[in-house]
Amino acid sequence: MSIAHTSSSEKVFAPAKKSHRTAYLLLAPGLVWLLIFFAFPLLNLAETSTKTPAPSFETGEFVQTFRFANFIDAFSANQEQFFRSFFYALCATVLALAISYPLAYAIAFRSGVWKNFMLVMVIAPFFTSFLLRTLAWKQILGAEGPVVSVLQFLRILPADATITATAFSVIMGLTYNFLPFMTLPIYASLDRIDYRLLEASGDLYANSATTFRKVTLPLSMPGVVAGTLLTFIPASGDYINAQLLGSPDNFMIGNVINSRFFRVVDYPTAASLSFILMASILVLIVIYIRRAGTDELV
Amino acid sequence: MSEKKKVEGDLRLDQVSKTFGDFVAVDDLSLVIPKGSFFALLGPSGCGKTTTLRMIAGLEEPSSGKILIGDTDITEAKAHERPVNTVFQNYALFPHLTIFENVAFGLRRRGIKDVNEAVEKVLNLVELAHLKNRKPGQLSGGQQQRIALARAVVNRPALLLLDEPLGALDLKLRRQMQIELKWIQTEVGITFVHVTHDQEEAMTMADTIAVMNNGRIEQMGSPADLYENPRTVFVANFLGQSNFIDGEVEASDGENLVVSLKGSKIALPKSRNNAKSSSLKLGIRPEKFRLHTADEKLTGNFLEGGVITDISFFGVSTQYLVEMPWKQELMVFEQNDGGAPDLEKGDAVTLSWEPQFTFALDGDAK
Amino acid sequence: MKHWLSKNLIRIYAAAAIFYILLPILYTVAFSFNDADKRNIVWQGFTLSAWLNPCEPIGICEALGNSFKVGITATIASTILGTMIAFALGRYNFRGRATTNLLIFLPMATPEVVLGASLLSMFINIQIGAGLVPVIIAHIMFCISFVVVTVKARVASLDPKLEEAARDLYANEWETFRRVTFPLVAPGIAAAALLAFALSFDDFIITNFNSGTLNTFPEYVWTASLRGVPPQANVIGTLMFVIALAIVFAGQVISKRRQTRR
Repeated sequence: MSIAHTSSSEKVFAPAKKSHRTAYLLLAPGLVWLLIFFAFPLLNLAETSTKTPAPSFETGEFVQTFRFANFIDAFSANQEQFFRSFFYALCATVLALAISYPLAYAIAFRSGVWKNFMLVMVIAPFFTSFLLRTLAWKQILGAEGPVVSVLQFLRILPADATITATAFSVIMGLTYNFLPFMTLPIYASLDRIDYRLLEASGDLYANSATTFRKVTLPLSMPGVVAGTLLTFIPASGDYINAQLLGSPDNFMIGNVINSRFFRVVDYPTAASLSFILMASILVLIVIYIRRAGTDELV
Repeated sequence: MSEKKKVEGDLRLDQVSKTFGDFVAVDDLSLVIPKGSFFALLGPSGCGKTTTLRMIAGLEEPSSGKILIGDTDITEAKAHERPVNTVFQNYALFPHLTIFENVAFGLRRRGIKDVNEAVEKVLNLVELAHLKNRKPGQLSGGQQQRIALARAVVNRPALLLLDEPLGALDLKLRRQMQIELKWIQTEVGITFVHVTHDQEEAMTMADTIAVMNNGRIEQMGSPADLYENPRTVFVANFLGQSNFIDGEVEASDGENLVVSLKGSKIALPKSRNNAKSSSLKLGIRPEKFRLHTADEKLTGNFLEGGVITDISFFGVSTQYLVEMPWKQELMVFEQNDGGAPDLEKGDAVTLSWEPQFTFALDGDAK
Repeated sequence: MKHWLSKNLIRIYAAAAIFYILLPILYTVAFSFNDADKRNIVWQGFTLSAWLNPCEPIGICEALGNSFKVGITATIASTILGTMIAFALGRYNFRGRATTNLLIFLPMATPEVVLGASLLSMFINIQIGAGLVPVIIAHIMFCISFVVVTVKARVASLDPKLEEAARDLYANEWETFRRVTFPLVAPGIAAAALLAFALSFDDFIITNFNSGTLNTFPEYVWTASLRGVPPQANVIGTLMFVIALAIVFAGQVISKRRQTRR
């Protein structure tokens, strides 16, 4: 520990530098890993996005030409998928919110001894392969599955209609996948509310609906924001649900990026699309956070 | 610092200061705490008493100054190198260890292998040996407090620091613990430094009290000394209650001063005068006043023309608020032993008191 | 009656919601007992044959083994790296805090497609390509953030007075960490490790980009979904579910026990 002497009447101890050094030593390995395998690849992708096919026209060969028009081309060729992705993600988020909020409320305030059990049940989906789950939905919603049979029996669905391979089933799949991501943050926010606040509200002449609107709901907003972000962002980039539960008419931007990487070997387009997707997500995050006012991201 | 030589002696703080950015928490503090005494640091929240304690413990570094135990300068020693142990405000018992292991913690860290005897002995001292296999979460507040004490005492430190340890206990338990702590201190003979904002607690337990305010010591002395002869308004109001009446010194009369007090002449012994100027604030504690009916003939120090505006029953005593002709309300405590006259709201009274119970401060003192 | 309904409506709803959440899982479990070879879509009869011959379909157990290889390696590495970062963030005041927070947050906010694509792109550029090692590297990368968030919450809830008490009782920095800090943070680290393993095991998109010819279990299921997923996949899914549930419940029992007498 170093000690700095000024004059004998004002001996001052320097802040223990050791603690700063320890902090950096602790941070270094993990952060370096993220820099090399997260930040750098993204930069690399940025660099790829402005390349064009090599003069030799060999598959997979590109040269750097700083062609920023790549972005415009990529966007205009895939506008439909972009808007569809955000639309599906938005629907999924809204549905997930509608389903999750009452569930989180019930767990936080009305569950009694069942609280832990219910929380485990909410996370339970994590414990099985999400592909298997999605395939199970494909089965459940499929032509031979129970849902279609019941709906046809009730004459809600015409005799030869299917639910799968529609936008509806893709959105349903997306919603289902992200329920835990929406429920848990909302639950965490609600759980933190001191029930005495709710009692105070009642004491001050608010009925339960007003208490909810004026006290509970605002206090749960951080959870709602977190849940919304954790749902919308991955949902907009998803392609599994579209592939398994939808048809090419329902393909999202994730499907396009995937195929541009593997099927049609067009790295610059795939890279451009990735960046447009990322950029739009970041813009949405910033707008949302500015309005909802949460800054504790991590 | 040598580990082998036993560090002991008086605790000495030499011009110790601590600043946090612009805020001066402790301002050029110097004091000596004799070995084996029970010392209290008393003051309101934010006065710097806890910061001082933490600097003694080594949990905070002084911005300047020195801390010594006997001849050993411990200013630069780290917390775990000092022969000082702390009883924390919320006990800070290790939740994952049993009571036995909590108490044995310090002994084990010092390399002592056979801890059984020492731990059992100190657990018996606090009468909680039967709980040694429980975990802190299973104990009541009072029990946790005694274990926190045991955990510190078992190490026989040169100094035991107590950071408002009784704050979380209810009144009855607190009173009981105050007596117990005092008893343990005399049993064990360790120097106790007790930080509290509760003046009754400090007065009951400590041999010496230092009253702190804004990072400085306002006055230090025995409880009786501080109580009966406060040197500042702050100390007078912090320890118990005081009535302050403005007066002027008029003449000197042997061992007394003659003071003009709102039209009456009263005697002030010179030994009780801490004022430098002739304009005074005269302090009289509420319990020193005697109430008389208005028709009684009195000699000595008395003030006439008071009217009772409020009476509160305190069980042991009755508190009266008396409005004087100069529109000041004075507070009077009369013990309920039949000595005071039967009075009601609105009655006219005269107040009297013994001169030696007056204390005088500067007229513009804060 | 109306009062009872309004009070319990939300409880009924919660039960229904949980049933909805569990429905595909119940389906998966049920169809692991289906008497069907490949096309495991329609119920054909109860049989234990899938359970008795879990490795029969070609490649399934190899894929499972790969998932474990990747999962365990990634879990160990990301838990260590992430825990170190969590301690730095939770215990020290250092410059560059905001940048660190951002760098931790961004991987969680980036779509997996972008993460997978950018890594593959880089690996191709530096001639490493795809395979086991790139997959492990990728998994470590995306798990770190989740470990940090989980452990940091636990570190933040640790009363600093406990560490002060340890120092007051003659424990130096290492002993304080070993005897007080670590035991109290351990449950958070364990939870983070479990989370990391679950994320790694179940990951498809990033793995698909970077695995090349290697198959993990999710990749096996994906390829199989085109021609028909065998019941053995359901068996494995069911097993993972049961094991995970068991671990979680065991964890709760253990933590209850830690609070009371030994």
